[in-house]
Amino acid sequence: MSDSIYNILVVGIGGQGVMTATEILAEAAIALGHDAKKTEVAGMAQRGGVVSSHLRFGRKVLSPQITAGEADLLLAFESAEALRWCHYLRPGGLVLMNTAKLVPPVVNIGLYDYPVDPVAEIRARGYEVHAFDAMAIAMELGDMRLGNTVMLGAIGDHLPFPSGTLLDAIVRRFSTRKPQLVELNRKAFEMGRQADASAGHAAEAIA
Amino acid sequence: MAAVMPAPAQSRLLLSGNEAVARAVWESGVRVAAAYPGTPSTEILEEISGYPDIYAEWSVNEKVSMEVAIGAAFAGSRSFCAMKHVGMNVASDALMTLTLTGVVGGMVIAVADDVGLSSSQNEQDSRFWGRFAHLPVFEPADSQEAYEMTKAAYELSERLQVPVILRMTTRICHVKALVTVGDRGVHPASGFKKDSARWVMTPAGAGRRIPLMFERDGKLKEESESSPWNRVESGTDRRVGFVTSGPAYMHVRESFPDAPVLKLGLSCPVPFEKVRAFAATVERLVVAEEVEGLVETELRAAGIDCRGKDILPRQGELAPNVLRPAVAALLGETVADKLAPASKVFPRPPTMCVACPHLGVYYTLSQIKNVVISGDIGCYTLGAGHPWNALDTTISMGASMGIALGLDKGRADADKDKRVLAVIGDSTFLHMGMQGLLDIVYNKGNVTILLLDNRAVGMTGGQDNPGNGRDIYGNPAPRVDFAKLVESLGVKPERIHVVDPYQLPVLFKTLREEIKIPEVSVIITNQPCVLIDDYKKQPALTVIDEKCTGCGNCVDVGCPAIHVMRREKAIKPSGKEVELQFVQIETAACTGCNLCVQPCAPDAIVPADPSRPLALIRH
Repeated sequence: MSDSIYNILVVGIGGQGVMTATEILAEAAIALGHDAKKTEVAGMAQRGGVVSSHLRFGRKVLSPQITAGEADLLLAFESAEALRWCHYLRPGGLVLMNTAKLVPPVVNIGLYDYPVDPVAEIRARGYEVHAFDAMAIAMELGDMRLGNTVMLGAIGDHLPFPSGTLLDAIVRRFSTRKPQLVELNRKAFEMGRQADASAGHAAEAIA
Repeated sequence: MAAVMPAPAQSRLLLSGNEAVARAVWESGVRVAAAYPGTPSTEILEEISGYPDIYAEWSVNEKVSMEVAIGAAFAGSRSFCAMKHVGMNVASDALMTLTLTGVVGGMVIAVADDVGLSSSQNEQDSRFWGRFAHLPVFEPADSQEAYEMTKAAYELSERLQVPVILRMTTRICHVKALVTVGDRGVHPASGFKKDSARWVMTPAGAGRRIPLMFERDGKLKEESESSPWNRVESGTDRRVGFVTSGPAYMHVRESFPDAPVLKLGLSCPVPFEKVRAFAATVERLVVAEEVEGLVETELRAAGIDCRGKDILPRQGELAPNVLRPAVAALLGETVADKLAPASKVFPRPPTMCVACPHLGVYYTLSQIKNVVISGDIGCYTLGAGHPWNALDTTISMGASMGIALGLDKGRADADKDKRVLAVIGDSTFLHMGMQGLLDIVYNKGNVTILLLDNRAVGMTGGQDNPGNGRDIYGNPAPRVDFAKLVESLGVKPERIHVVDPYQLPVLFKTLREEIKIPEVSVIITNQPCVLIDDYKKQPALTVIDEKCTGCGNCVDVGCPAIHVMRREKAIKPSGKEVELQFVQIETAACTGCNLCVQPCAPDAIVPADPSRPLALIRH
């Protein structure tokens, strides 16, 4: 294992499962023997507000925070949040993003505009984008809460370890807490992987 | 939380700082632990309540939690209390005399500073309490240290019979990292031994204890000078040596891997001789501390030259992106600016939940003019935001009461027709609002109080409290009857109303009537927080598109399930231009609270067809 630290920034909105997804990523890294630190958001900030979770893993992690410009991957559960946080990526870094747009009250009542095309804006800034509709996939599987596993599936093939390690971490978690949901989560993970692969091909096509 | 089998010793666990402290409290053989919820400290007590063989409680406020811990420590038990930084202000009356008596059983006070203001009304530095109260302060830098220092704090506390402060910050409390845990030790209570000269702090008694406190200061100084928690980490780049503590230590190590560092773990009292010796080995000393320049000031007073807050900010975290450029500038260097600018994206401030019972209250308040609304600490503080803009002050827990009375008594002539209202939640009222209400009644104030009883400490995650009839373990507990309580404080029975906040006409009528009466009134709302089990969802609602006239009344309720899908400009008969807002309801989110139905003039909001799948709104 090298001394380098791998940095993943996971962002979204309170209630979307950002903290849980990051925790599962951390568990996968730890299972491989990495040291890991993961930041959380609690209290007032959670109530429909912006949430972010920084995951850093490697031989020995010191600061728990990813410095802007140094993230290897950005996993974004919401479109505008992908745009808000993309400058945390290293130059040319990869954004894996849900295309769902969750409009906050301040936009709803007309005080602000929602960005017209977040994907295009992020690409224009030089980042690679894999965009897919994780919410639609989750609804297709019959449960919105699966969106979290779909997002993890999408990041599965971009980690410095095999996607199977991440899937194992998801399965471990559900086996102990909700064994009846293991199979559905396997499916959601696989569909997330496929969605990312398709989004990757689409990105290449326009590049 | 019901007690579960704790993970075995030597397990390596991914724990937040809060979870790590809880584990260490249990392992330290603590028998009594108390707290009032407060971000970022809340999870410590929640976790402790899951361990066996330890009494845990939600206290009504931080002062009481500290007093419970003090009593247990007087009885010879190891004890613990936890609070957020502002909680220590509340508890400090007890603290400042506790330092004179000291303790028998080890006692640790965990104080969590919200550095970076994630969920607080101020950003204060709790390390001052160590100086003010002559108590030792430990500052962990990650979860493993939070765990180890808690155990070390108990050892020190018992050895010197001194309460110990464990100073956490948001980046310790809410960062998960690996912790290797151990076994629970046994520390039986030694029993309360009557000793009025020590436990009864009369002026004469206290006067005799003060010299003992100074004597203890000397011992703590020796302790700090020799403590392994205050250690030098050598480095090859001696241009800057850092004196640092808490999470700032991690940021320093991250930013300057080759710099020599003196890490302060037992940071109060400061080990001046150790710092002096370290300073002699480096070209210049920089103190990196969150948040005030406290150690820095003390070092200068001790004749040790250093830099600190002249180059580093006095608020927020000292993350690498803050440290690197500041130190580079000090060395006359420039750092390559890797930072791409942030994109311009709308703000997404916290907001109230779909169907929150407070929505009805704030919608009603937003429709009433000529009022001043004194607010308090909780989810309902969000009423200050859009679209309601119906809360005018927030200071501290329970302050809505006294401030309302002050607004009433201190009103200007121009404000003589303004009505003064106060809004306070159930748990905040029990924490520190009751006394304020008593003061309003006693001093014949003219205030209308909205007591929002949602049966939970909502903002911190729905913790139980004396108002909801459950204790920290979820077991039944005596439940406060708010109507009887306020009546016994002197509010006239005819001025007390219990209303359903989802019944807007009743709420509106009650409020309009009560604000006209120049006496104290209390309107108690009685529906639960939507995030706790007491809340019962109703079938979702939907908008009949053809009937929606775009009036936007439902949007003013502020429910996040109502989405504006289309805007149109229109001219009213009066000639005034208005913007019409045509809406839809996200049926997948809606829980059928019926609030938006009531202001809808054209009756366009109806129950959703139960045979159709619930839908998300796609923009």
